[in-house]
Amino acid sequence: VSMATYQEFIQQNEDRDGVRFSWNVWPSSRLEATRMVVPLSCLFTPMKERPDLPPVQYEPVLCSRPTCKAVLNPLCQVDYRAKLWACNFCFQRNQFPPAYAGISEGNQPAELMPQFSTIEYIVQRGPQTPLIFLYVVDICLEEEDLQALKESLQMSLSLLPPNALVGLITFGRMVQVHELSCEGISKSYVFRGTKDLSAKQIQEMLGLTKPAVPVQQGRPAQPQDRSISSRFLQPVHKIDMNLTDLLGELQRDPWPVPQGKRPLRSTGIALSIAVGLLEGTLPNTGARIMLFTGGPPTQGPGMVVGDELKTPIRSWHDIEKDNAKHLKKATKYYEALASRSAVNGHCIDIYACALDQTGLLEMKCCSNLTGGHIVMGDSFNTSLFKQTFQRVFTKDYNGEFRMAFGGELEVKTSRELKISGAIGPCVSLNAKGPCVSETELGLGGTSQWKICGINQFTTLGMYFEVVNQHNAPVPQGGRGAIQFITQYQHSSTQKRIRVTTVARNWADAQSQIQHIEAAFDQEAAAVLMARLGVFRAESEEGPDVLRWLDRQLIRLCQKFGQFHKDDPNSFRLSESFSLYPQFMFHLRRSPFLQVFNNSPDESSYYRHHFVRQDLTQSLIMIQPILYSYSFYGPPEPVLLDSSSILPDRILLMDTFFQLVIYHGETIAQWRKAGYQEMAEYENFKQLLQAPLDDAQEILQTRFPMPRYVDTEHGGSQARFLLSKVNPSQTHNNLYAWGQETGAPILTDDVSLQVFMDHLKKLAVSSAS
Amino acid sequence: MNVNQQAHMTSPYRQPQPALQGYAQPGYGGPPTQYAPYNGPNPGYQQGPTPAGYSPYSSLPCKTFPATLASDLSSNSSSPLDLGPVRPPPNSGPPPVSASQGYSQYTQGDVQNGPPTMSSQPHRPPVSQSYLPGSQPAYHQQYGAPHTSMQQMTNQMSGMQVSAPPPAVSGYGAFGQMSRPQPGYGGSYPGPQNYGAQPPPPAAPPQKRLDPDSIPSPQVSALPAVQKTRHRIDPDAIPSPIQVIEDDQANRSSEPFATGVRGQAPPLVTTNFQVKDQGNASPSYIRCTAYNFPCTSDMAKQSQVPLAAVIKPLATLPLDEAPPYIVDHGETGPIRCNRCKAYMCPFMQFIEGGRRFQCGFCSCVTEVPPHYFQHLDHTGKRVDCYDRPELSMGTCEFTATVDYCKNNKIPQPPAFIFLIDVSYNAVKSGLVDLICAEMKTLLDYLPRESSEADSCIRVGFVTYNKVLHFYNVKSSLAQPQMMVVSDVADMFVPLLDGFLVNVNESRAVINSLLDQIPEMFADTRETETVFAPVIQAGLEALKAADCAGKLFIFHSSLPIAEAPGKLKNREDKKLVGTDKEKTLFQPQTSFFGNLAKECVAQGCCVDLFLFPNQYVDVATLGVVPSQTGGSVYKYTYFQVPSDGDRFLNDLRRDVQKQVGFDAVMRVRTSTGIRATDFFGDFYMSNTTDVELAGLDCDKAVTVEFRHDDKLSEESGALMQCAVLYTSCSGQRRLRVHNLSVNCCTQLADLYRNCDTDTLINFFAKYAYRSILNSPTKTVRDTLINQSAQILSCYRKNCASPSSAGQLILPECMKLLPVYLNCVLKSDILQPGADISLDDRAYLRQLVTSMDVAESHVFFYPRLLPLQKLDVEGDSLPTAVRASEERLSKGGLYLLENGLHLFLWVGANVQQELLQSVFNTPSFGQIDPSMTNLPVLDNPYSRRLRAIIESFRAERPRYMKLMVVKQDDKLELIFKHFLVEDKSASGGASYVDFLCHMHKEIRQLLS
Repeated sequence: VSMATYQEFIQQNEDRDGVRFSWNVWPSSRLEATRMVVPLSCLFTPMKERPDLPPVQYEPVLCSRPTCKAVLNPLCQVDYRAKLWACNFCFQRNQFPPAYAGISEGNQPAELMPQFSTIEYIVQRGPQTPLIFLYVVDICLEEEDLQALKESLQMSLSLLPPNALVGLITFGRMVQVHELSCEGISKSYVFRGTKDLSAKQIQEMLGLTKPAVPVQQGRPAQPQDRSISSRFLQPVHKIDMNLTDLLGELQRDPWPVPQGKRPLRSTGIALSIAVGLLEGTLPNTGARIMLFTGGPPTQGPGMVVGDELKTPIRSWHDIEKDNAKHLKKATKYYEALASRSAVNGHCIDIYACALDQTGLLEMKCCSNLTGGHIVMGDSFNTSLFKQTFQRVFTKDYNGEFRMAFGGELEVKTSRELKISGAIGPCVSLNAKGPCVSETELGLGGTSQWKICGINQFTTLGMYFEVVNQHNAPVPQGGRGAIQFITQYQHSSTQKRIRVTTVARNWADAQSQIQHIEAAFDQEAAAVLMARLGVFRAESEEGPDVLRWLDRQLIRLCQKFGQFHKDDPNSFRLSESFSLYPQFMFHLRRSPFLQVFNNSPDESSYYRHHFVRQDLTQSLIMIQPILYSYSFYGPPEPVLLDSSSILPDRILLMDTFFQLVIYHGETIAQWRKAGYQEMAEYENFKQLLQAPLDDAQEILQTRFPMPRYVDTEHGGSQARFLLSKVNPSQTHNNLYAWGQETGAPILTDDVSLQVFMDHLKKLAVSSAS
Repeated sequence: MNVNQQAHMTSPYRQPQPALQGYAQPGYGGPPTQYAPYNGPNPGYQQGPTPAGYSPYSSLPCKTFPATLASDLSSNSSSPLDLGPVRPPPNSGPPPVSASQGYSQYTQGDVQNGPPTMSSQPHRPPVSQSYLPGSQPAYHQQYGAPHTSMQQMTNQMSGMQVSAPPPAVSGYGAFGQMSRPQPGYGGSYPGPQNYGAQPPPPAAPPQKRLDPDSIPSPQVSALPAVQKTRHRIDPDAIPSPIQVIEDDQANRSSEPFATGVRGQAPPLVTTNFQVKDQGNASPSYIRCTAYNFPCTSDMAKQSQVPLAAVIKPLATLPLDEAPPYIVDHGETGPIRCNRCKAYMCPFMQFIEGGRRFQCGFCSCVTEVPPHYFQHLDHTGKRVDCYDRPELSMGTCEFTATVDYCKNNKIPQPPAFIFLIDVSYNAVKSGLVDLICAEMKTLLDYLPRESSEADSCIRVGFVTYNKVLHFYNVKSSLAQPQMMVVSDVADMFVPLLDGFLVNVNESRAVINSLLDQIPEMFADTRETETVFAPVIQAGLEALKAADCAGKLFIFHSSLPIAEAPGKLKNREDKKLVGTDKEKTLFQPQTSFFGNLAKECVAQGCCVDLFLFPNQYVDVATLGVVPSQTGGSVYKYTYFQVPSDGDRFLNDLRRDVQKQVGFDAVMRVRTSTGIRATDFFGDFYMSNTTDVELAGLDCDKAVTVEFRHDDKLSEESGALMQCAVLYTSCSGQRRLRVHNLSVNCCTQLADLYRNCDTDTLINFFAKYAYRSILNSPTKTVRDTLINQSAQILSCYRKNCASPSSAGQLILPECMKLLPVYLNCVLKSDILQPGADISLDDRAYLRQLVTSMDVAESHVFFYPRLLPLQKLDVEGDSLPTAVRASEERLSKGGLYLLENGLHLFLWVGANVQQELLQSVFNTPSFGQIDPSMTNLPVLDNPYSRRLRAIIESFRAERPRYMKLMVVKQDDKLELIFKHFLVEDKSASGGASYVDFLCHMHKEIRQLLS
């Protein structure tokens, strides 16, 4: 199998099923699998956009074995005459339902056709509830910020589905839950920002529990009084005028903030009330709690920092010294909230815009566990926030919102495999079963996960374990299968089930190691390993994670490298592994594993996005893309290396979070001189424009919108570029100094070259 | 605020000392310690020479005699009650010569000296015919055989002329010889141990209505004929409240009462008189039980006469009297005695040419500050004495400096917060509508300084059921904003500004709010309410605004919703009459006591308007109002048509009346006596300072004094009541009332100068507080004992020697038995079966802050016959005694007791009269549900309605008119107020009680 075909195969599979496996041929025994170093795992994008896949309007056919219940799929053996099908996971023989009476080889239902390895069912079950958007708004903002935020929120009303329910909670020193149904007098329920209340208390205080009226005779008890919740959540089309006015009238928190103090911000209670409100009224429905905050929580449960300005908010340094007073308590508090919200199927977005930290480190779990967004910006009055916020409401090719809710992902494996865990914006549903492994990678111990908020990019890393013992290998030519069943609420409020069934060949790692090697997807493997690293970094010390990552890399090189013992120069890696060490090099330098120069909030923000994006975006995050624009040819990708920084080039770097346009020294001088204004230098004008246009294209689509940096040689913001490129030329290796071959980076970081040299040495060493 | 010592100005705002909670007066540990053993007659008693310096009146004998019998009868003929056919008395000859009259014998009949009311009653067929034949012979027998003791009586009767006082006679009446056991009364009053707690005497015939001409006497038919004669007491022969009131009115209303003479008792509270402040506070402000204090504590103990003053510091004066002058002593504040800190007053003696002054209270000499110096004239008076109110007037007001302010900060103007129950009951009864509609106009009448055009008082609004709704009514808003606080466990105020606003600035928003509140809650189904959080909310709002103020809470039901201060229904009638009865008057929980303390510290006064349809536990809900100087109003089964007027009038008055906030009252006395106990609506954190979060013009505080040393006749006893308060505009003021009374070494002097109405006020408040700790029966017995001791002490030491069987009463206390009986049989001390626990608790609290005029009419209602109205003039008909036998079937009567107003319509009232009052000729067509008389254009109707209005205007609370038709079922309620009769709850009739008192006294004497 040639490399080209494998790449096509991988691409095809990703396009069709949203799946990228680290290994596309699987080692057939447990022992062999462990020796592969990179675990058998995949990146799975449940809501991968499939314009070519019209959903079918019936329910999936399930395997009748109660412990299996796998969905009928193209891999199943079908006996058309007996109208029977055999489950490819448990080999149970099942009767087709009566509706399938007309089935024959020439008349197959879609789910049996190979091109429908991924299929989507629309099922009508239970009452349909409209989508819910609950705005939780910080009013301790600067006037300008609050104004901008108010405008964004008002604008968003026009973006919501007209029948969506919308609610408003504002907070500052106190928390106000606004009633939206009233005319004339505006009503709100007010809560102290300092007092933790149980969900039951909150519901009682909001009047969400049915009053304990003795059962009235002759009147059947009503199942759920919708009018109760409707006080706080109203269809947009009904109250958009009211709410627009209400938002317009929002004032900054009136309580005076004394000199030297932070405003009292009751974020913890506000979120708790938001969660409690939805929990009490509309559990298990699609809902977004959207928190807009401009500073850290400063009082009550979930407080991150006190209101004394002289006490700064915790830094990584404080955390390492165990000197972050509120960290553990606050984190615990938000985790509890996030878990509750996840159980109810509601996702929490955090839009944090402030120059200083806002407590994302403590609050991140709210979004991470519920599939909500985190957006971080300097101010609500920036296009970064405004555009990003608008983009939450983008629609797909069908005009449907690109958001799905209450996703429940179930994984079924054939007998040789078990599922070890998942890493992504999900929580475990603690579903034990025969295919659950005892080894946990990421969130394990379950075969089902809940992802309260999903979009087309949401991608989970799934980790598997081969359970076949070495002495009982899989028969030759056998295939292992995995089925992903994702139930979710579509933005149209339909209940849908998407089923993806994939299979890969087993191979004996001793006799067919080259097959396995060739089927290695180093991009997927890099991302999957990176996710494991980031997952570890949440609980382990940074250096330990790096050491673990290095050891894995060395082991992989030892396993798949070709070399003579103790001869580093002899070391070679096959093409399918060639990029992997470089990915690891950049990963080690990435903000996901390095906290130096980042605040805890920033680290949390970067990690949040890293563990949810699809492969392409993730790779960009690990190893940013660098394009070069010059008069010497069309724009081309260049090495992410200091040697690529040349005076007569414009560079465009995409790190996912930042988009940096860097003008080389000469270009910058020309630009300063204004040549682009002159008609005879039209080509220079076009050169200047080209990267802008390309950047615009990225800016248009990416969520969250990246920070856009336009800089030049010697510009202060050039640091964004310089910190990312491989420091092949530094003040320490002056061999290229003075030559026009790039820009030296003032750093003590090792360069890729040095890194590779060490790697080779260690890989070939007989000592390790 | 420590009025006494500037150095400790802030102490009252600290947390109260736990050890000083409640009234830790040692004297009230129990009745035995209070009432010293009877010491026997004072052997040295003689009618002493009239002390020098006495007023002309004080040289009179200690009593004024109402009239001779002859004058009694002569007035009969002019009785306005002469309606209908008159049945002459059985012996309708000319009145016997007074000398032959047996006045106070049991054997005496009404024939001899029946009052006009009796003789002029239209004849009604006796209800119980069998009664009369038995009683008829008794007249003759008794008339024909006068006892010897009659002679004694005659002397006294003849002495009952003001103009001709026989100096030696000091007794009032003698009720025959009681030397032998009286079987009839023995049955009625088997002994103090079961007196009053007993049901009516078992043998009493079931008389529904006595014939006016028959003689009320229990068990008379069961007695042997000879003894029967002994049991006839003519109600007219016993002291008549009406007579006393009328006499005082006749004698003392014409001349202004000048306060310049020390120890002069003022006219009765029922008398209309003008006051001239000549150095002692007006009786409108202070009334004492006695105006001759005994010099020694032994004497006081012997007499058992309580020495107390009822002080109404912010009393509203009649229109023709000037309010107190306001004196500004400048930056240094009022001039005070260095030692006892008494304020400059007429009792300060300037010496050394005016450079110093000697304090009348503690005798300490203090330098006169230079700016206050003035020369003295030849009599030792400052030459500017009459230019300075504080030197010449009994009452004046000082402007206080910043030193007298809380936290040494000039106070903010106070605020009024209206907290309206919007639960189902309140909405359904129409209350919410009514309040909101009324509020719009009411807000124009907030109290203001007379010099200011607009009130400084800010207002705020809260509605609530089991959650609270605060309203932002900031003037800049287009619409009010409602903020709901459901966290009632931990109340807070959810908004910073916009809650308390100036009415004029926020008028539009407030009106919009008041329009919307009824709509918003029109469909409410919430039946549960909270209460304590409502007070907390108001308190927190005042704290946030850093001001004092008043909460007006309109509340409908027992607060059973989950919240602090949640109450349970504990109404248990089985406890009535048991030793546990007292618990019913105590609050269910100590929560409200603590809350009240916090309120007092902030100057947060709470007025509570209750609209219950069932038990709401007034005893508990009333704790905060009563400890913060607030009021409780109660409208049971409130319906707008029947109670709307009453409520609105009460509300208007309550909102409009003058009120001070954050007040501290201190009563200083001259050496020898000390204020030891205080009764009223207030809080005390120590033993001397009376703290009142709010103090309005209707609130009175009763203060009891005890000796701690000897007093001298020469210097008398002085008292100074200083009240530091924040006025409605936020000014800090000090109102000072000064009063001096005489001191005496002779018991007769004491008994000559007492005020029974004030005494009753004290007794009632004392008893009503005692029931919190003692069984009601014990309390009643204590009152009877003390009264018996007072009277027996008089009998033993002051009355001329006479038969032990005679009941001789001091002139100024001759109404003590009848009034005391009214206290004893009141709903609080002797409840009927139909009175609710809430009503009792309500009345108990109500009485606690009553002044003397209110308590007087409350216990002895005014009953006016209306048959013959002077429709042209403005004189009122003479009242009749509160007894059923005074009612004529053909008559109309108006009865009021300060809370209730009845119009009783006899079954035989002439059609013309009915027509002119009710616009119907038929008795049967009178609608008993009317609460106001129809407005008819005839002189009688106009006059009657004017009288009703004048009654209402006279009382702090609006009285709803109830029309009671004779023999209608409502009559039972009405009869409850005929206090001279036996009551349905077993309370004694006046006659019976008098006999009982007599027996008690005799026991003490023997």
